[in-house]
Amino acid sequence: MRNSLKKTGLLAMALVLGMSIFAGCGGSQDKKAATNTPAKVEGKITASGSTALLPLLKVGQEEFYKLHDKVTINLSGGGSFTGQKQVASGAVNIGNSDVGLAADLKDKGIVGHDLVGIPFVFIVNKDVAIDNLSTQQYVDIMTGKITNWQDVGGKDQKITIIHRAKSSGSRATIETVVLKGQEFTNDAVIQDSNGAVRSAIATTPGAIGYVDAAYVDASVKALKFNGTAYSIQAVSDGKYPVYTTGKMFTKGEATGAVKAFIDYVTSAEFQNKNVESQGFIPITKLPKK
Amino acid sequence: MTKYNISRMRNNKLVYGLFISAASVLGIIIIALLIFVSQQGLQTFRDVNPLEFFFSSNWSPSEGSFGALSFIIGSLAVTLFSILVGGPLGVLGAIFLAKLAPRWMRTIMQPAINLYMAIPSVVYGFIGITVIVPAVRHIFGVSGGFGIFTASFILAIMILPTVISISADALSAVPPALEEGSIALGATYWQTIWHIALPTALPGIITGVVLGMARAIGETMAVQMVIGNTPQMAKSLFSPTSTLPSEIVVEMGNTPFGSAWGNSLFLMALVLLIISMLMIAIVRKISTYKAVKI
Repeated sequence: MRNSLKKTGLLAMALVLGMSIFAGCGGSQDKKAATNTPAKVEGKITASGSTALLPLLKVGQEEFYKLHDKVTINLSGGGSFTGQKQVASGAVNIGNSDVGLAADLKDKGIVGHDLVGIPFVFIVNKDVAIDNLSTQQYVDIMTGKITNWQDVGGKDQKITIIHRAKSSGSRATIETVVLKGQEFTNDAVIQDSNGAVRSAIATTPGAIGYVDAAYVDASVKALKFNGTAYSIQAVSDGKYPVYTTGKMFTKGEATGAVKAFIDYVTSAEFQNKNVESQGFIPITKLPKK
Repeated sequence: MTKYNISRMRNNKLVYGLFISAASVLGIIIIALLIFVSQQGLQTFRDVNPLEFFFSSNWSPSEGSFGALSFIIGSLAVTLFSILVGGPLGVLGAIFLAKLAPRWMRTIMQPAINLYMAIPSVVYGFIGITVIVPAVRHIFGVSGGFGIFTASFILAIMILPTVISISADALSAVPPALEEGSIALGATYWQTIWHIALPTALPGIITGVVLGMARAIGETMAVQMVIGNTPQMAKSLFSPTSTLPSEIVVEMGNTPFGSAWGNSLFLMALVLLIISMLMIAIVRKISTYKAVKI
């Protein structure tokens, strides 16, 4: 049993290695085009965690390869909590997370590096005749105190909450930022991704939920939060508080290639070019705490 | 001649070894899977009281509550309701297919049922969430449409091909002499089916029904899309709840491997595995039993 596990592990490693060789080749070809090469770094970086941050980091990985052809970066998902746990145990160099560090990992010498702001937007089915709710109204709806839209000024219609599972980072963010630690009601429909939440809300009358801002589209109606619609400007001005900071965690201070990669994806150059198009907020535009 | 015999014997040995290794790989995989799932799953009990896991429905892993009762009840409920609808329907379909359908219809229906079995469950789920959920909402005037009713309805359709094809095989295998004897004694065709064919084929029919239940309890994708996946006891057939497989699939993506939370998902998988194995054991027991002595 142990052996068979080891074997599959070896096989997986061989696969990853094989793929990284290909990735490395691609990088070295692009390298010739790049003119200014900063200080030489080399080595292998492994990162796991938040799937929300993965698309952005993939872009970062490709751009980074153009500058450093001796570095191999293995990015994988697994969820924020997995990323935190793996970086704490030393299984990966970087743990990407869109939630704060878990309480039991706080004394493990883990250092966080802010990557981007991740904004969330509350959305409702289009037949809901409301376009703004106050913080208190959101809390009352999400904790199950208010169950009919007429109690918040809408028509007589039952509220159906459609959102994410208890292991979801998005849910943890809303629980911290909006509910301030109060618990969601269990009387809700759970979907396992942003896209699934959106399509369920689009087809369920009286439904409300939340998604990453990048997922809002014409099939649903975005709600204002305390009278403020989501925009990067509104977040910068401190008027729109429903966002979290995506972080890259390292065990101890980052060094070598890991530090170079983190410095690169948090640099103004990379952030201004790629972050907004992926639906995130550049760290420079987050309000100062 | 002798040379030929020797090479033939060598070939025999080679092929024999091939078969043996194929069979043992199969066995090793199943045993490895069982050991792995139980090893991970049973570690849950280091952090969680077994009584809590099986008899509490309070599922808040971040607060240290791991009550999985609502998932277990959810799984049993959708399986029960789906077999209540799909079982009789499937057996009636099998009787039609095996005993009543004209030959040309049978040649169309047999492949159609096999095709039916090959439809991926995500297709059922997708149709469920876009067609059945809104339909349930309109017909029954409920607010969501997610819940045990919708899930059981879809499962009942999904298990039909399993029930029909196994039951139809069993009915076709009834010796013609028995039926001819019954008709010769003056029984009507319906009496022959009811009193001769059905009891003779009963072990096969029950096998089909139990395998249908096994499919229903393990079904993940289609159920996950329409059940609502919320960790609460169902208050009615139309309130969102969760089942063991749907809870595993919703939570596993973000749950760290090796934590109490992750282990508890493996424990749910183990519970499912044990239920399925019990069903297979029942099937094996039944298939050796002959209702009518020939």
